[in-house]
Amino acid sequence: MTSRALSGGRAASAPLLGHETEPTIFEMSVPGRSAYQLRTTNVPATALAELIPAAHLNGDVLDIAEVSERDLVAHFTRLSHRQFSVDLGMYPLGSCTMKYNPKFCDAVANDPGLNSVHPASPAELTQGWLELLVTLEETLCAVTGMAAATLQPAAGAAGELTGLLLMRAYHSANGDPRRRILIPDSAHGTNPASVTLGGYEVTTIPSNDRGLVDLEKLKASLGPDVAGIMLTNPNTLGLFEEEITEIAAAVHEVGGLLYYDGANLNAILGVVRPGDMGFDIVHMNLHKTFATPHGGGGPGAGPVAVSQRLVDFLPGPKATRVEDGTHAWVKPSRSIGRVHGWHGNAMVLARALAYIDVHGGDGLTRVAKYAVLNANWLRHRLRATLPAAYDRVCMHECVLTATPLKNAYGVRGLDVAKALLEEGFHSPTVYFPLIVEEALMFEPTETESLQTLEALAEAIERIAQRAIDDPDGLHRAPQTTPVSRVDEARAARHLIPTEDAASR
Amino acid sequence: MADYLPHTPAEIDEMLAFLGMDSLDQLFAHIPPAVRLSQGLDLPEGMSEPDVAALFTRYTSANQSKASEMTCFAGAGVYDHEVPAVVKMLAGRSEFVTAYTPYQPEVAQGVLQAIFEYQTLITRLSGLPIPNASLYDAATGLVEALNMAHGATTRQKMVISAGVHPHWREVAKTFARGTGHEIVEVALKDGVTDWGSVDASNAAAIVASYPNYLGVLEDMSGAKALAVANDALFVLGADPVAAGVLKTAGQWGADIFVGEGQPFGTPLAFGGPFLGLFACTSEQTRRLPGRIVGETLDSNGRRSFVTTLRAREQDIRREKATSNVCTNQTLMAVTAAIQLGWLGTQGLREVATRCAQGAHYLFDELVKIEGVRAVSTQPFFREFAVRIGHDASTVLLTMANDGVLGGVSVAALTGDPDPSLDGEVDEVLLVTVTERRTKEEIDRYVEVLRKAIGQ
Repeated sequence: MTSRALSGGRAASAPLLGHETEPTIFEMSVPGRSAYQLRTTNVPATALAELIPAAHLNGDVLDIAEVSERDLVAHFTRLSHRQFSVDLGMYPLGSCTMKYNPKFCDAVANDPGLNSVHPASPAELTQGWLELLVTLEETLCAVTGMAAATLQPAAGAAGELTGLLLMRAYHSANGDPRRRILIPDSAHGTNPASVTLGGYEVTTIPSNDRGLVDLEKLKASLGPDVAGIMLTNPNTLGLFEEEITEIAAAVHEVGGLLYYDGANLNAILGVVRPGDMGFDIVHMNLHKTFATPHGGGGPGAGPVAVSQRLVDFLPGPKATRVEDGTHAWVKPSRSIGRVHGWHGNAMVLARALAYIDVHGGDGLTRVAKYAVLNANWLRHRLRATLPAAYDRVCMHECVLTATPLKNAYGVRGLDVAKALLEEGFHSPTVYFPLIVEEALMFEPTETESLQTLEALAEAIERIAQRAIDDPDGLHRAPQTTPVSRVDEARAARHLIPTEDAASR
Repeated sequence: MADYLPHTPAEIDEMLAFLGMDSLDQLFAHIPPAVRLSQGLDLPEGMSEPDVAALFTRYTSANQSKASEMTCFAGAGVYDHEVPAVVKMLAGRSEFVTAYTPYQPEVAQGVLQAIFEYQTLITRLSGLPIPNASLYDAATGLVEALNMAHGATTRQKMVISAGVHPHWREVAKTFARGTGHEIVEVALKDGVTDWGSVDASNAAAIVASYPNYLGVLEDMSGAKALAVANDALFVLGADPVAAGVLKTAGQWGADIFVGEGQPFGTPLAFGGPFLGLFACTSEQTRRLPGRIVGETLDSNGRRSFVTTLRAREQDIRREKATSNVCTNQTLMAVTAAIQLGWLGTQGLREVATRCAQGAHYLFDELVKIEGVRAVSTQPFFREFAVRIGHDASTVLLTMANDGVLGGVSVAALTGDPDPSLDGEVDEVLLVTVTERRTKEEIDRYVEVLRKAIGQ
């Protein structure tokens, strides 16, 4: 009803002016209002009932929402004002590589010459796309030291599962699919979940007192039923697995394969390649390492590169350069099949190639070096406030701990993370990896300046001072954000996933 | 030296000095020399943005079939719909584009509320109450649906209509290599699933598509009855635009809805990133894959939104999780919410209606051509398959010379022999009409096809 609808043009809910919540688009809806405009087609307007049997027609009108274009713009603009983003400020989420996303790469991908191409167009009419995909595949192989790659997986976790299916196909072709996959206790949660979906069992390998894979315990877990190991290197503690060649030799010795979780590839670009470390399968998160925007939680892209012995098993069809210099879709001879409805997240792939072209081999190496420099500077700068879990040179991220603040003042890592929001910084990753108490995992990335790092350090020092002066205040932080701490237990206890569930 | 790095040489020296180092290489001294790259990457030097832009024209100019220059009648799950400036501008706001997954809800209410609105819209379009925050695409959404059906029934047999998109079926088979699911495909007769030909006993899921990939509107009550009779879940892949006028998945009795959300504001994009739509009955809530946003209150009693039911997810359940989904396609979900807001109740109805009107107008004109006949006598919505008496792939290339992307060759889509069609598959052309196609364009299509097949 019109009289009950809330204003679509009222700006008071913007954080700029206060703390009012933003109405939902459904609360702004007024019957009969509309925004859409369509082409004049002159197609005969035959009644639907004459085209489609009544048994298929929905007797009810599906209620979407009815707003003006002006209100639509205001609503989503105000929502955008209630959202932190890389473009707004530093986003030091460990393991997520929230670096600056160059606008140029978006512009390149949004060219209609790429963006308006139908994925089922004949290859003869999409030679540009196929060449782009082949070029990207070759480039990613050069970066990782692998033989070939699939660009289909839509995200890192999809890449993991693809890699595990490749492992299974390889071992099955040798007559024994094997049973177990080894994973360090510091691994991302997607690793064990992917292992289960790949039809394997997880054997967890403990870390040693230096935060690295315990080589002796690893060797003790190996056997002829081990299909492979999944490793992140540098690992989720931001530490390089220094015994990687020994690990690789031991796993290969029993006929297992090495899987490289590329979540932390940013740390080693141009310095060391997974292929040279002995890995057989590598997934990359293009949305991390190659700076494609995260989109609030996707789209990503998780290409998987493999060593020579796995090339024939790759998903397909694959864009391939053929003898006459043109490009065609070719399915590898023993392909596991498609892992995506089409050719992968093509627009993300195009952005990543543009990013790589701008940087070149020299620029990518600087990316890694400055990322590692920034992380080490921050780790060292904060050593008196938030000590590192493992206090030595780290790679692109550092895992610090709030344990001293917790023990002295009862202020937990979560409180520090929430208080940082009030300071205008996004929080680090909290309580991960699971093996570090009160973990705060900072990944500053290479695109943040020394001045920004210093400002972050000073903000953390102010929070540490608040821990002494007003610990209760920290438990209540943040208060200056669009909403204060949300009741997560309530959300889970009484699920309201839609407007319709809310109004019931 | 073109890049986005802020460090000046003086600052690098200052930072290294603070660390007690005198070179960047010292930061990597603990990496075994045996595995280190001695020569750097074998890649070209970096280039400036304008130079890379010039390089990329090599790709864009070689893509002859771009819809910006060719009239698009191709579909197969990917449709050339109107995407207005307002949707592109709003969805392109950098607050949405450059945000991460909303782990800190206090500073992520924008994305969280947009997802909540998206979820509401998906439940209305699907007629099922429990949505998620999106999946990668429809094909991987189907895989999650099968895993959910396995979780609900502990069975592994998946009975899938050959009317389900060939790529979706192929993706389901790929992932079944890991889960061990048995995929049983059910052939089509006259474009309609021959459910009577299959033994569905002990099935976890009965999977159908509405319309099916050949465009045919099948009566879904047979599939539903088969699911009920065998105590299996009914999984329905449906065109979300069709929901503007046709029965929803919920109205057909589906337990799980999957769909491709590309038609809501996402360009053709050479196939991705797209948007996997997913919704299910409340019985399956605890098995929901991916993220879900729920409404709650903040500590000051204000309405707020947060990702919830987190205990299902991979980062908590690890190897016991039933899905490994972490990243989804949030930006496409936000885009869909904005596009649907722009369309509104009447706009969605009108788009759906115009698709049907255009497709039927073209169909009627095409079957008048000597040598062109329909693959099925059954009703359709916005897409249909015709046999054209010539190799469809060749005809498409000929039509392209006249500026028309004439559809999709079904043989190219299915690859191997496929239970969806018999006879000469090479001659089958799948044709789509959206609300963007004018009568003039449709009439021209008829002329161009006539010319291409010599009629």
